[in-house]
Order: sequence, then C-alpha cells, then structure tokens
Amino acid sequence: MPPVLRVSGLTKSFVIHAQGGLALPVLRDVALAVSPGECVALVGPSGAGKSTLLRCLYGNYRADAGSIRVRHRNDHVELAGAEPRVTLDVRRRTLGFVSQFLRVIPRVPAVDVVAEPALRLGATETEARRRAEFLLGVLGIPPRLWLLPPATFSGGEQQRVNIARSLIADYPILLLDEPTAALDAGNRDGVVELINQRRAAGAAIVGIFHDAAVRDAVASRVLDVVPPGAQP
Amino acid sequence: MTARPLLSVRDLTKRFGNRVACRDVAFDLWPGEVLGIVGESGSGKTTLLNCLAGRMTPDTGSVIYDSNASGPVDVHGLSEARRRLLTRTEWGFVNQDAREGLRMGVSAGANIGERLMAIGERHYGEIRRTATDWLGRVEIDLDRLDDRPTDFSGGMRQRLQIARNLVSNPWLVFMDEPTGGLDVSVQARILDLLRGLVENLHLSAVLVTHDLGVARLLTHRLMVMQGGRVVEDGLTDQVLDDPQHAYTQMLVSSILPA
Repeated sequence: MPPVLRVSGLTKSFVIHAQGGLALPVLRDVALAVSPGECVALVGPSGAGKSTLLRCLYGNYRADAGSIRVRHRNDHVELAGAEPRVTLDVRRRTLGFVSQFLRVIPRVPAVDVVAEPALRLGATETEARRRAEFLLGVLGIPPRLWLLPPATFSGGEQQRVNIARSLIADYPILLLDEPTAALDAGNRDGVVELINQRRAAGAAIVGIFHDAAVRDAVASRVLDVVPPGAQP
Repeated sequence: MTARPLLSVRDLTKRFGNRVACRDVAFDLWPGEVLGIVGESGSGKTTLLNCLAGRMTPDTGSVIYDSNASGPVDVHGLSEARRRLLTRTEWGFVNQDAREGLRMGVSAGANIGERLMAIGERHYGEIRRTATDWLGRVEIDLDRLDDRPTDFSGGMRQRLQIARNLVSNPWLVFMDEPTGGLDVSVQARILDLLRGLVENLHLSAVLVTHDLGVARLLTHRLMVMQGGRVVEDGLTDQVLDDPQHAYTQMLVSSILPA
C-alpha cells in the first residue's frame, strides 16, 4: 500500500528571542513514510526531538523546512506551511493526536468531551454518545464519572478520556505521544488492544512509547530520532 | 472546501490624529472559523474590530463581506441604512459591557425579541416563544422573561446579550472581550456557553481578547497585534505552543500557570 503520510527534509529549530535570538536546532532533514496498517515507533534519547517531530506532523509546531504530505479526502495535502483551514480540516477528518495531557474544558462532561469529534463529523447525538460510552467503558472509566467534567479526574483517568476522544473518530492517521504513560497494567493493556484494533483496521500510526513492552506489542518498525548535534 | 471567504480585509489602516491605531491589516475569514485577535491594551485590537464591524471608518483599506442576502459587499461603501440592516440581520456584536449591547429599560424578553422583529417576525406569541427558548439556552430562569436587565447580575446580563445577538441566526459575530470584567466562575460558564453555541450553530466569529486562555478555548486562528500591526498569525495552538515573534513569546511566557 502506498504511504498515507510522507515526510521529507523536515527541519525545525526554536529561536528564543528572550535569549538574544538563541537558536536551538531540534530536527534536521527528517524523512519518514507510513502506510496503512503500519505503526512506526519513534525511539531515541530524551531530548532527541521525538515529541517535536510528532507535533510538527500534527501542525502544532511549524516546520522551518521540508514537506509533510498526508492522504486526505482522496487527495494529497501539504501540511508544512498550510493555511489554518487546511490543517483544521485534515485534523477533523484524517489526523488524530493523543497527547499525554488532556486540556480540560470547564464544565463539559467527560462523555461529551469524548463524543465531540464524532459529532463534528456528522454522527447523531445518540450514536456519538453510544460510541463515547463504549470507549470509556473499554478504557475502564467507571460510568459514575461519565457525566462529570474531567477537571477533577486523576492523571490516568484524564489520559484515558483523551485517548477515547482521539479514537472515537476512526482517523486514518494516528499520532500517539506516550499514550500509556500514566496508566496501570490493566488499563495499559486496554489501550494496546485499541491501538492494535485501529492498526488492523488500516490506520497508519506514528507513536512514542517509552514502555518497551508496549512498543513491542504495537509497533511494526522503529525510527531512530537522532539529536542534530549527534548526526554525522 | 468553500471557495469564498466570508470576510476579506485588505490594507486596513486607521489613525487617530498622528497616532496609528492599526496599520496594513489584511486577512480572510472563512465560513465556520473563529478568529481571535490578541495583544495588550492599546495594541489596536478593539479599533480593528470596530473597523471590521462597520462601527468605525478606516482611513484606507477595504472590508468585503460575503452577504447571505446580496453577495459580496464593501462594508464601508454601503449606505448607513443598509449597513444598519446588515448589523441587525446577518451580524451580531457582543460588547464587553453588556449595558452597551442591551436596552436596559425594557424586559429581557423584549431585548431578545427586538432582533426578531427587525428581521420581520410579527407574531407576538412566536416571538415570546423564541425568546423563552433562548433564555433557556443561555441558562436564565424562564420566569425572568419580563424582568429588566437592570435587575440582572453581570454574568446574566452578558448571557442575555449573547441571546439577543444570536436569536436571529447571524452568520458573523463580533465579540469584544466577552468575558472581561467578570468573576472567573462566571467566565467559565459564559465560555462554555459560547463554545457550545459557536460549535452547534456553525458561527463565524471575530473575537478580541487579551486573555490567551479564552483564545485557546474559543478560537481556531489567532492574530497577534502589537503597536497597531499584526506581528504573527496562525492556528491558535501553533501560535500559543510555538510562538515565533519576540512579542508573542513574551505574551505566552507571561501567563501564570493555574
């Protein structure tokens, strides 16, 4: 299968103006191609730029140079330097992101936080809610919490709400930043199972998994992310 | 995706005497987008908003609005009467101070009903029914329908102003610090309400705020203004998580973590 995500020449540095315009190079000339059903694990030492790469792929960080092409609405779309409305449409339909931290929205119940992406894609309220409850159940969030805003949940519970939210829309491309970091063994296995289901259904996945057992359970190959200073 | 922007702004400049309040602003707003304008007090963001909404006349530049009724129109080339019609039918404007956006001497129901009458609704029972429905949507007790906003709290007034603006299903809503000056808990309720309404009604909006948390919650895109110029723009999470300009980096790093 041809890749649905194709990255080439991706370069990113951070310029910090408060430090007199200090430039911190993080990514240099990164290349990557991911096909449906593949799960690529990013590996490398802390600070090598794994999270930065993932955030560039989502359009959250802006690439300085290079290309990020995604298969979107039966077409190929360039995300590097894309207009906001293009990136938003790609995120709505094609590209899902699971981060370690949930950005809590005040007063919105957990089940609605999870259901929102499905509603945006046109699911009915009943259908979206049913799927949200299913995912929350699979991820071990007790029903008594479903109608509460996640602000008061534990770190692990918030993370699982976030995972449910990212998986409800069946995105063809998934970016996972430490999806099991704050979870106990039982819940970790549930997340691994969901990731593998999405992969089997044809999703292309790129992720950071510190836990080697999780990485072995989900990844089809690894990509070494090397700090720019360490490159030959 | 849609072929035509809802609002198209080019080379917009506004001076007050020798002072330039905003300079060379240009952008397109697409249907369904919420654009935030952020910056410190005096950066020109409210002046820009007023020029976009036809409340102030820019010295140079153009604001083209793709009217649902009549196609693209030059907002500042319209007659006063046509512009007023536009602001009452296809647009909304939420002021920071609800007293400026409400008629304080008439009941809550009349405040909401007024815009319905402006778009041609004449049936009293229908107007009252819609007004009651909207009171519920902005979480005001239905038995307050006949009370005047002078008897309302600040948060209730702001929710009433929102209902008054949205009752006629506008295409484009301008908001000037809609949660400014309110208690934090009251703010959260209004933000949640606005977020839900924008999402469900597929509104397009331009929102001025100095609060980056409000911008994060409500907007898709941001323009950062400093000294009357737009110094940076992009997706909201790009601008806040990966700020490029020195001024934006300073703004973002000045937020106190909660």
